[in-house]
Amino acid sequence: MRKWLWVLGMALGLSALAQTGKLEIFSWWAGDEGPALEALIRLYKQKYPGVEVINATVTGGAGVNAKAVLKTRMLGGDPPDTFQVHAGQELIGTWVVANRMEDLTGLFRQEGWLQAFPKGLIDLLSYKGGIWSVPVNIHRSNVMWYIPAKLREWGVTPPRTWAEFLATCEALKRKGLQAPLALGENWTQQHLWESVALAMLGAEGWNNLWTGKLKFTDPKAVAVWETFGKVLDCANKDAAGLSWQQAVDRVVQGQAAFNIMGDWAAGYMATTLKLRPGTDFAWAPSPGTQGVFMMLSDSFGLPKGAKNRQNALNWLRLVGSKEGQDTFNPLKGSIAARLDSDPAKYNAYGQAAMKDWKSNRIVGSLVHGAVAPESFMSQFGTVMEIYLQSRNAKAAANAAQAIADQVGLGR
Amino acid sequence: MRDRILAFLVLLPSLVLVGIFVYGFIGQTLWVSLTDWGKNPAQALALRPELRFVGLENYRELFTGFVDVRFRQSVVNLVFFTLFFMAGSLGLGLLLALALDQRPKGEGFFRTVFLFPMALSFVVTGTIWRWLLQPQGGVNVLPTLVGLPPLPFPWLTTREQVLVFDWNRLPFYTALLVGLVLLLVAYGAWRGGERRRLFWSLLSGGVLLLWAFTLGSRVQLLPYPEPHGFSLALIGVILAAVWQMSGYTMALYLAGLRGIPVEVLEAARVDGAGSWQLYRYVIFPLLAPITLSAMIVLGHIALKIFDLIFAMAGLDYAPTDVPAIYMYLLAFRGNQFAKGAAIGLLLLLLVALVVVPYLASQLRKEVRR
Repeated sequence: MRKWLWVLGMALGLSALAQTGKLEIFSWWAGDEGPALEALIRLYKQKYPGVEVINATVTGGAGVNAKAVLKTRMLGGDPPDTFQVHAGQELIGTWVVANRMEDLTGLFRQEGWLQAFPKGLIDLLSYKGGIWSVPVNIHRSNVMWYIPAKLREWGVTPPRTWAEFLATCEALKRKGLQAPLALGENWTQQHLWESVALAMLGAEGWNNLWTGKLKFTDPKAVAVWETFGKVLDCANKDAAGLSWQQAVDRVVQGQAAFNIMGDWAAGYMATTLKLRPGTDFAWAPSPGTQGVFMMLSDSFGLPKGAKNRQNALNWLRLVGSKEGQDTFNPLKGSIAARLDSDPAKYNAYGQAAMKDWKSNRIVGSLVHGAVAPESFMSQFGTVMEIYLQSRNAKAAANAAQAIADQVGLGR
Repeated sequence: MRDRILAFLVLLPSLVLVGIFVYGFIGQTLWVSLTDWGKNPAQALALRPELRFVGLENYRELFTGFVDVRFRQSVVNLVFFTLFFMAGSLGLGLLLALALDQRPKGEGFFRTVFLFPMALSFVVTGTIWRWLLQPQGGVNVLPTLVGLPPLPFPWLTTREQVLVFDWNRLPFYTALLVGLVLLLVAYGAWRGGERRRLFWSLLSGGVLLLWAFTLGSRVQLLPYPEPHGFSLALIGVILAAVWQMSGYTMALYLAGLRGIPVEVLEAARVDGAGSWQLYRYVIFPLLAPITLSAMIVLGHIALKIFDLIFAMAGLDYAPTDVPAIYMYLLAFRGNQFAKGAAIGLLLLLLVALVVVPYLASQLRKEVRR
């Protein structure tokens, strides 16, 4: 009886505490992506006015810096209450296998999320019977961006295969456009690689690469690097010095015709540059990947030992809710992971992407953490450097396979 | 006796702290570098990771492993960076000091201007120079001010390399270099008439050169040729580093120049020394100890360089990679803690190689006094 009373008291105490205290949200959403996060935080503050929200943002595209900071904090025993992480292997292969995350299956049941999210996405979030993070958005990786007016001026159409792309590239070069493809720093080069690889291998082959059924040294996978090399010859030589925004700028300013980038580029062009989607700028699936949606998802997880666990759980509830997702995503330039979100809240690009999300075949992105663990990903950057330095497809393929063996990819 | 106990007690806290936080952690890093921490993702970030002892495996992988080609390029980069950075800073610093030593008008103003970069951090310097070295701006558009076409050089983004050599030849080149240095020592000993020193340096130099030209040229570290060389992208980084540190060497040299007694210079002039001879035989030899201390300071800065390159070219760009950056990437992004520790230890060894002989010679001098 006394024990029962004690539990009741604890529960009452917790629910009272839930309205106060702090909540530290760790993310890499700054700059152009900042407003979306702030809108979500405002919504949280409306619901829980007593909670002091600490927005711990570490800048850097794709979280390159934030992940290192997070690691230091986690290893030092000072985990944030909740942190942004790419859904899939990046979380699972790093933090879940190390037993540092809380299982969120209960929360998913409670909130009815098992029905709200597509099954393919739930599978991606699951490992050993648990569900490990709450997806807030869906981005598409395999998109090619261009300015329709410029293409008309040059007299070309968006290419539908990489062979067509190379022909278009030659035509544009003859018209005096030095670098028809705008490319940025290291990770955007890997981003381009995954679009080429998806087109060359197909959805099936792409998935087999990550389960170990298809070796990187397979002639088909080596051919990816060869095509990639030809595509690189269409790109600017100063890529290493450009951020992804600067690469998009080159397309907008007419210094380049195409850019392959995730659909956060739509957010950048529509929100920051104030261009109208569908008229001022347009998009197509990256060459050869029609009907396939290469996805990545930002999600939030709950580390073991979070200091404000209850506040963090409330945050996760908000992140997974229809209201939260429809507040966040139109600003971020992504779409909701939920199937029941309201198309009217999204711009022309968002509505097109939502249609594809429901109808296309879904595969995961490599660069953005869905299909391979961090230990593979970070060394894949080295493989990319080996290729860019030597332009040797065989050497890059061998190195990639060596890393895959080393980290036990697909095991 | 009581004084001694008191002195010991006063020193004890710092001895304990240094023991734990310097030598203890060096020991821990050494231990980690001999384990497999990070090979198994499930153990890498666990609360209590299980580590297995693997001996020198991590070091072997770094120098001859398949995927660590970037480490080897970073070592080559570090060597070239250190050489050019030291030569540049010392040379420019000496020139500035000699110019200021003529006591021009506004000397104090120039001294402040030249010393000023040292007050900035490498991160600030790096950011400024990254802007200056943009392919389509900054330095490259300077010629257009006088009506010339802009420079086409892609400062930090080129992948071009010069002085390319095959990594497999590394043992050969190392033996050759050390052998030649030993022969030089032997020559000095012969001129100085030190017979024992002559014998040993001649013997070890000869053996090394013999090994280099027989077995050493046939050693294969890797099953395939692997070219490495001086990345031209480093030129921009070297420029920024020299800009930052040459003021410091200038200050050192200026103090040295002002410290030379006038009597010595006058005596040399009376003996009929021209101004070149004055520099060659009187001033430069007197500046030698300053050069040595400047080299020690610059050397260890060069070997530890991280922030400047982080700010100028980022972490992911291999042509400007150095071991410290690769260590950060491996450990904090790739979770390869053991390999990161191995690189950390190699860097410690390199810095020790520069600093320890200097400390030893200083200590000997003090003992002699």
